[in-house]
Amino acid sequence: MSRKVLLIEDEPNIAEAIRFLLTREGWQVETHAEGLDALRVIQSADPDLVILDVMLPGKSGMEILRDLRELEDLKTLPVLMLTARGQLRDREMAENAGVSRFMTKPFSNAEVLTAVRDLHAQATRS
Amino acid sequence: MATLNVLILVCLGYVVLLFGVAFAADRLAAAGRGAWLRSPLFYTLSLSIYCTAWTFYGAVGNAARSGLEFVTIYLGPTLVMISWWWGLRKLVRVGRSQRVTSIADLISSRYGKSNTLAICVTVLAVLGGTPYIALQLQSITLSFSIFAEADPTGLYREGSSVFWVAAGLAVFAILFGTRNLDANERHHGVVTAIALESVVKLFALLAVGIFVVWGVAGGLGPMLDQIDSSEIGQWNVDAGRWTTFVFLSAACFVCLPRMFQVMVVENSDEAHLRTAAWAFPLYLLLMSLFVVPIAVVGLDLLPEGSNPDLFVLTVPLSQGNEWLAMLSFIGGFSSATSMVIVTAMALSTMVSNHVVMPIWLSTQGGAGSVSGDVRHVVLMARRISIAVVMALGFFYYRLSGGGAALASIGFIAFAGISQILPALVGGLFWRGATRTGALVGLTVGFVLWIYTLLLPEMGGGFMSGTIIQNGPFGLEWLRPQALFGIEDMDPIVHSVMWSLSLNTVAFCVASLLSFPSPLERLQGAQFVNVFDHSVAPRGWSGFVAQSEDLMIMTQRILGAGPAQDFFQAESERQGGRSSLPEPTPAFLERLERELSGSVGAATAHAMIGQIVGGSSVSVEDLLAVADESAQLLEYSSQLETKSAELTRTARQLRDANTKLTQISEQKDNFLGQVSHELRTPMTSIRAFSEIMRDTDGLSPEEQTRYAAIIHDEALRLTRLLDDLLDLSVLESGRVNLNMGGDTLRSVLDRAVSSALAGSSSGIEVRRSKSAERIPLHTDLDRLGQVFINLISNAQKYCDADEPVLTISAHDVGGQVVVDFADNGSGIPPEARSMVFEKFARVSGEKAGGAGLGLAICREIMQRLGGEITYLPGQGGPAFRVRVPLAYRQAAQ
Repeated sequence: MSRKVLLIEDEPNIAEAIRFLLTREGWQVETHAEGLDALRVIQSADPDLVILDVMLPGKSGMEILRDLRELEDLKTLPVLMLTARGQLRDREMAENAGVSRFMTKPFSNAEVLTAVRDLHAQATRS
Repeated sequence: MATLNVLILVCLGYVVLLFGVAFAADRLAAAGRGAWLRSPLFYTLSLSIYCTAWTFYGAVGNAARSGLEFVTIYLGPTLVMISWWWGLRKLVRVGRSQRVTSIADLISSRYGKSNTLAICVTVLAVLGGTPYIALQLQSITLSFSIFAEADPTGLYREGSSVFWVAAGLAVFAILFGTRNLDANERHHGVVTAIALESVVKLFALLAVGIFVVWGVAGGLGPMLDQIDSSEIGQWNVDAGRWTTFVFLSAACFVCLPRMFQVMVVENSDEAHLRTAAWAFPLYLLLMSLFVVPIAVVGLDLLPEGSNPDLFVLTVPLSQGNEWLAMLSFIGGFSSATSMVIVTAMALSTMVSNHVVMPIWLSTQGGAGSVSGDVRHVVLMARRISIAVVMALGFFYYRLSGGGAALASIGFIAFAGISQILPALVGGLFWRGATRTGALVGLTVGFVLWIYTLLLPEMGGGFMSGTIIQNGPFGLEWLRPQALFGIEDMDPIVHSVMWSLSLNTVAFCVASLLSFPSPLERLQGAQFVNVFDHSVAPRGWSGFVAQSEDLMIMTQRILGAGPAQDFFQAESERQGGRSSLPEPTPAFLERLERELSGSVGAATAHAMIGQIVGGSSVSVEDLLAVADESAQLLEYSSQLETKSAELTRTARQLRDANTKLTQISEQKDNFLGQVSHELRTPMTSIRAFSEIMRDTDGLSPEEQTRYAAIIHDEALRLTRLLDDLLDLSVLESGRVNLNMGGDTLRSVLDRAVSSALAGSSSGIEVRRSKSAERIPLHTDLDRLGQVFINLISNAQKYCDADEPVLTISAHDVGGQVVVDFADNGSGIPPEARSMVFEKFARVSGEKAGGAGLGLAICREIMQRLGGEITYLPGQGGPAFRVRVPLAYRQAAQ
């Protein structure tokens, strides 16, 4: 059974690195690099997990997350959020918006893999 | 030897004579025929009430004890009369214009009609006056006892005589002091009787003197020899005591209730002061003429231990001249009775007006003032007050036992009364003096006088010896006769120095610190400026003077021109007989209407009323009140300004706070941006380096590609750091400009080749090189940096299929203008103002730079004295750079 991750990240190099890592783990990786359309893309792609950058052109990752959690069928979708701003305030905002896991760039590859595995395990158990 | 009974008969006869004179004078005055009673001579003679039994008997005693010091009590009033007659004139004018009934009334009236002050002065006057009355009683009894010793068969009994003397004097004072209730409190009968008594006492003293010089000493020459050989003749002056006593007697000449009574209240014409100014000192001179001879002869003739206070009596008696002794007795009796009667009258007026009446009225609840029996109540209050004052004097005499020397009791009383002086003089000459000041000053002086003089001098019953020796509670610096450690001073000098100086200081300080009420201000102005606006009572020049006043007032309100025109017209309307119109009712009505246009109807009415009605409030006072309300208005408008200023300051503070908050937010934002821009390349670098480290079996292509990514991101990081440092240097203004000269063309040549070097994407750059031959003098590298930035931006962001950048240049008014326009899609208007901000990125823009380039360009252009702006209306993104042809320091 195939596991699908949707990666929303506007930095092509970072997106490429994550795609490389998760593909080797057996994930099907789809990418999107823009904020305005992100929610629609999530809905149509119907992923098992979303990796969401905060600073996106068009619409911030925070707003996307908030809108996403408003939708009934996406309430429990695991969302791993990545940010390069690294301020405490951002973490609080993300948690209030209903993030599943929050990580600050730069991260280690092992961290990302662990987080993705954990989130997926939680989602399948419940 | 004249018998005592004869003496008593003579006394009674003398009193009956006084009754007769007083009665006749009152009748004459009532019938309006006693004009001669109001002559300056009578006024001067009535002033001689100053010379009491203390002066009559005590001066000789004083001379016998302390030599020439007795002169001081004559010197004080003489100095006042001669050198301060203008001050007295002011006092008299104020007293008359304010219809003052006593010194307490005057002080109260000056300080806003304060009854508290009136009570203070009354209490002070009673306390100061009581020992003085006792002194008179003592002198009368002492003199009686001289005759009694010589005639044991007489009716005289020591104990009861004082009582009968006091009672008799009270009856006289009641009969003549309270016969009627005159509006201006004048008592013609009493004044006439006093004048007679003045003549009697002067005559008696002169008679004794002449007898002593020519009858005893044997003529003028031997007398002078005898004086020279006596101790009294020694010129032995204690400067402190002399100054103090001269000052005290001068102060009391003005402040003593009885002096105020005869000088101010009983004064019928201010002009009398002119005569009194020389006649009264003359009277004093005559009174003092034979003091020394009598003292010298007395000391010589009479046995050791005789009371020198009675030399005036005992010297003639010892020579067997009983009729002269009797005359002398009558003289002393005159001095004592006139003083006691007038003092009792003056004090009773104060007590009844300021103590009894207010209490009575408050118990009546206002009913009494309409029922018409007030007059009766006032008279009763006065009569009782006289009796009380006399009784106080009598009890004081019994309590003190008549022990102290006459002169020293006199000075104690003087020192007490003189405490009124600061408030009196301040009230007459200083508008700033306030009620609080007067109250505080009086209280301080009064308390110090009691503590340092009255209590210690009254003896053991009132203050224990240990307090005098060691101070209260063992506090040495509070010893009553050595206050603050000033020792070995004469007790009177010591007390006067402290009480009067601290009184004056307290009066001034409290006045300066307190604010007077409007009534106080008004009264203060009336007192201080009494000559400016009260019409002298003698010069009733009638209507013309009033018209002049009206004219002056009108000028102040309407201005000189209109006022003169108005008065001219009115005068012509009345027939033009004089230059000023008569103040007829019709004229006054028109004037009032005229003035009410400027100052309002009520004020106009009041002002005219003041002048025509001759009432006590003057125009100047009204103007002063107006001035003060204007000042108040000004003050309140100042307050408004202040409050507006405060509002403004508060707003500025709020703005500053908002700005600070904004700056703080901007800083947070900036740090967040910097963090983002640093972490993003680092994320890629870390991720790919871990991939390369941890992944086995990467293809060589993959390895090359990932290494290239790491390299590019490292470069990006370096660029970002360079830009940040560059921007921070530029923003701090600590940038060093490296000036050089070249043409615009070569600067652009270098910039284009540098921007396009190693770039794969081809953007066509269009230039007109002929227009670029403009010589420049500026920092060429920095200007080149700006150009490179603009060219690379166009290269990076131009989204046209065939990207073209057009660079055009021309010089305008000492500036070079270079435009950079490409054919990509333009920047939306709402983003245009943002493009020069740090980390600004036009939405949807491809990544590549950190977003600091245009911010750096803007900073550089500012340093170079030029500017960089977005140039709208070019179809695509366009920027305009302006730079001065030659860099000038001033441009910074």
